[in-house]
Amino acid sequence: MDFFVSQILSGVASGTIYACLALAVVMIYQAIHHLNFAQGEMAVFSTYLAWQMLQWGLPYWAVFVLAIALSFALGWLLQMVVMRPFRDAPMLSNIVVFIALFTIFNSLSGFIWGHDIKTFPSPFGSGPFIESLRVSRHQAGMMAVSAVILLLLWGFFRLTRLGLALRGAANNPASASLVGVSVMTMTSLGWGMASAIGAVSGLLVAPIVFLEPNMMLSILVYAFAGAVVGGLTSPGGAVLGGFIVGIVETLVGTYIPVIGAELKLPIALALIIAVLLFQPAGLFGKRTIQRL
Amino acid sequence: MTTATAKPQKSRAGLAIFALLLIVALVLPFLIDGFQTFQLTQVMVLAIAIMGLNLLTGFSGQFSLGHGAFYAVGAYVVAYLLSNELLAYPLAILIAGLVCFVLGLAFGFPALKLDGIYLALATFSLAVAMPQILKLSLLDQWTGGVGGIVLSKPAAPAGLALDDDQWLYMVVLGFGLALFWLARNLLGGRTGRAFLAVKDNQLAAQAMGINVTRAKVMAFGYSAMMTGMAGGLSALVTQYVAPDSFTLFLSVNLLVGLVVGGVGWLPGALLGAVFIHYMPTLAEGVSQGLQGVVYGLVLIAIIYFAPRGLGALVRR
Repeated sequence: MDFFVSQILSGVASGTIYACLALAVVMIYQAIHHLNFAQGEMAVFSTYLAWQMLQWGLPYWAVFVLAIALSFALGWLLQMVVMRPFRDAPMLSNIVVFIALFTIFNSLSGFIWGHDIKTFPSPFGSGPFIESLRVSRHQAGMMAVSAVILLLLWGFFRLTRLGLALRGAANNPASASLVGVSVMTMTSLGWGMASAIGAVSGLLVAPIVFLEPNMMLSILVYAFAGAVVGGLTSPGGAVLGGFIVGIVETLVGTYIPVIGAELKLPIALALIIAVLLFQPAGLFGKRTIQRL
Repeated sequence: MTTATAKPQKSRAGLAIFALLLIVALVLPFLIDGFQTFQLTQVMVLAIAIMGLNLLTGFSGQFSLGHGAFYAVGAYVVAYLLSNELLAYPLAILIAGLVCFVLGLAFGFPALKLDGIYLALATFSLAVAMPQILKLSLLDQWTGGVGGIVLSKPAAPAGLALDDDQWLYMVVLGFGLALFWLARNLLGGRTGRAFLAVKDNQLAAQAMGINVTRAKVMAFGYSAMMTGMAGGLSALVTQYVAPDSFTLFLSVNLLVGLVVGGVGWLPGALLGAVFIHYMPTLAEGVSQGLQGVVYGLVLIAIIYFAPRGLGALVRR
């Protein structure tokens, strides 16, 4: 039983990583109704910016805030400069543009900072948080930060006029602009926020997996999975989905003999497809109804 | 009336261009060296794979970010059959197509329940999972595990004035033409119209009496078959299959090729294949360290200036 609990907790720990990025994925989906395949690479780029500032000797929390601000600006800029012409383009064109952004950021990170693995400091320290449960201080910190972001997002979307405008602009751009919402500004805001949340996830993940240009590649796959399981329209669901994916992955690796360890990822993905078959909009997502 | 007279003219021009291209394609391997022939063969293989994807995405409107998985299965079926000397290679390619057709149908049924972005994600998962499934130790005896399977190159029949590279080029060209002919006839008839109707509006198509389930599932089957045969041909061309040749990037590349060439226009596959095969090398020539940036910028420029693919520019 003890072993089982520790397995669950180790799943929760990796789930935290996925949940963070899944949150960014859902954020951008809320704003533009597309999945940003470059999300992970943008987060890596932000993390490198932070690493550079740390190298220059700035204190951690100043870097944390600066990196978020810079990433927000980067996301905003990307929307204004690169994505704007494609707002009416079909989904496939958008996917290809995201793929292009993916290669651009991946190549840029490698070119500027090199392909060697870099260590990244944790603001929470590295010791255990609860000795008997094998949860490190950093993991506990990550969970706390994710919870805070989630709370802020919930408040933003539900309680502020800006959040309402953003939801409106995403769900029904035509009507939103008729009631005076600038859809363009809202979309840029969505990109900025997604990029900023991505930066947070990058900064939190880097101490665990080490910083290198492909750091987010496999994490993004799990984050997508988490976002889909939870429902692409639900930030809370995305976080929960991230945890579910983390736990399932760990349990599959431990308890299914022979193929479990080798097929951790495929089995986790197969479960996601299974969820989709019964709940096509994810566990907490809203279904859309097609009109003729 | 004008449209009625314009159409035969247009198709006559199309036929002329097709004939011209075919002559060039037949003469080309005698003018260039072996390595260039080998590269062109690879381009044609990719074009067949993209054509398969186009059947699905361009005509029935279903997305796939995972066609590399069918490509991989096709390659492995051919590699297994040939390395154990069970069949002659043209038959092995057909068997690969058949296996992938069945797999495509099997994947098409669950895909019915998924729309747009969710289907893209489900197929994306398939592509991500594929290399790991191929590496599985339980399947070692068939797949060769991490090491993969090595094949020998099919030799040119004696009596023909062709070397092995040129022969393989002709074999791939033959398969490509046959599949192109098949796809054209399929799409030009009842099935193709059903695909398009489903793509444009599923509910309306259903109301018109089209069997939507059948159309969507069949589209998956045919598409997987074509891409699987391309995979089988790729095994012949590279004479080697290994799990890491069939990563997510293969699937992503096929999708990029589809969009660059033109979604919903079959000959666009060739343009797309040229792009995904030569562009990375070209980008590396422009800048050694920043080739990803160059590649990405060119890609964005293409989507911006030719939103309906390079094919739409050519057709004007």
